[in-house]
Amino acid sequence: MTRKNVLIAGLAAPVMITMLLLFAGSPSVTANDQPTAANADVKIDNFVFGPQTITVPVGATVTWTNKDDIPHTSVSTDGVFKSKVLDTDEKFSHTFDKAGTYPYYCTIHPKMTGKVVVQ
Amino acid sequence: MTDKKQDLIDEKLQDLNNDGIDRRGFLKCMAWAGTGLVWTMSGGIPVSRAFAKAGDKGGDKGGDFSFVQISDSHIGFSKPANPDVTATLQTAINKINAMPHTPDFIIHTGDLSQLSKPSEFDTLDQVLKGASAKDIHFVPGEHDMLSDNGEQFLQRYGKGTKGSGWSSFDHKGVHFVGLVNVANLKAGGMGSLGNEQLEWLDDDLKGRSASTPIVLYAHIPLWTIYPDWGWGTDDSEQALSYVKRFGSVTVLNGHIHQIMQKIEGRVSFHTAMSTAFPQPAPGSAPSAGPMKVPTDQLQRVLGITDVNYSVSGRSLAVVDSPLGDSGASASGNGGGPAAVNATRG
Repeated sequence: MTRKNVLIAGLAAPVMITMLLLFAGSPSVTANDQPTAANADVKIDNFVFGPQTITVPVGATVTWTNKDDIPHTSVSTDGVFKSKVLDTDEKFSHTFDKAGTYPYYCTIHPKMTGKVVVQ
Repeated sequence: MTDKKQDLIDEKLQDLNNDGIDRRGFLKCMAWAGTGLVWTMSGGIPVSRAFAKAGDKGGDKGGDFSFVQISDSHIGFSKPANPDVTATLQTAINKINAMPHTPDFIIHTGDLSQLSKPSEFDTLDQVLKGASAKDIHFVPGEHDMLSDNGEQFLQRYGKGTKGSGWSSFDHKGVHFVGLVNVANLKAGGMGSLGNEQLEWLDDDLKGRSASTPIVLYAHIPLWTIYPDWGWGTDDSEQALSYVKRFGSVTVLNGHIHQIMQKIEGRVSFHTAMSTAFPQPAPGSAPSAGPMKVPTDQLQRVLGITDVNYSVSGRSLAVVDSPLGDSGASASGNGGGPAAVNATRG
């Protein structure tokens, strides 16, 4: 046996196990009756939207939470969504029904920008 | 700064501003000489000395006057950086009332409130009512225009102003212009004045004699201090081009909750301390959020700005005083913002 073959043989087992685990995982999602779209969270912390770019499937709801001592907003640059002013620990959610890229910013601190990519 | 250079500056200060104030005691790096304009900066000089000006001379010459700038009261803020911003605003007003000379008026450079709430504005009004100076001019900060595009601010504090709250007035030969750079901010940008206001400013200054001292005031700095934190105004260059021909221009801003200054030609820029909470020096923290300092230090990093205009010297002297004037003041350069100032001096 060559060195290369040993390597492949060695990798095969973990790969198989991973794949089994993945397949095992999917039915449980259906069983729990979860929506197909994965919802996502954006944390506003230290004047930054995190993650700055978030990718979600069509139908997903994105929730912004302000963790700063200073109020912020999350407002779509193209007028698609607009939060009220979010004081500390306040939240805002928007559901994205169409695929596309949605840039947004904080109207109070416009240097703060982010993007939601809906696929 | 070398001693020789400092001596030169001291001489200039005496020449330009022959007003009987001994400036040698002032912090060296905080004294600046511009063309026809003297700056006296201090985060920690003995306040009685700075404020004793009128008394020293045994009465003002005709036309001399002073006004006070306060900024960033953030009424409604209650986080650890300062759980009682109403009390510290009250201390600032007490300090103004204790001055040997009553200032002709007060300028508030914005962020009166934390969340533009009617109750916050009400509290502010209550405290300001107790000020010795009854004439108060306001420009909004971004916190004052949060939910209603500044409607409420304009109703309460913007009588007689134009657009989003800009206006000008003359006082004893000095022309004052209040600008608004917190409305309609664009994604990715900093502060913004907008074309309509710029055209108005151009028009407002046209026809005025170049020897008229000009004071521009606005919330966000009209010079770029730190773009990463949005500490600047995108179209301020345009505004400043209109004042270039004037012999003496003073620009007063707030927003960054610390003292910063710069001289560019005949234009002197200055930012004031907050009456509510300090913010970190540019880039020294992960963000520009409120800075928590030990409770007994708080009053050293909050303060007011007293501006004295002398007709004979054609000069404006700007003196910053922390709310707490013991300890740090006597030892000079004690607090954070003052230290920032010194390194830049």
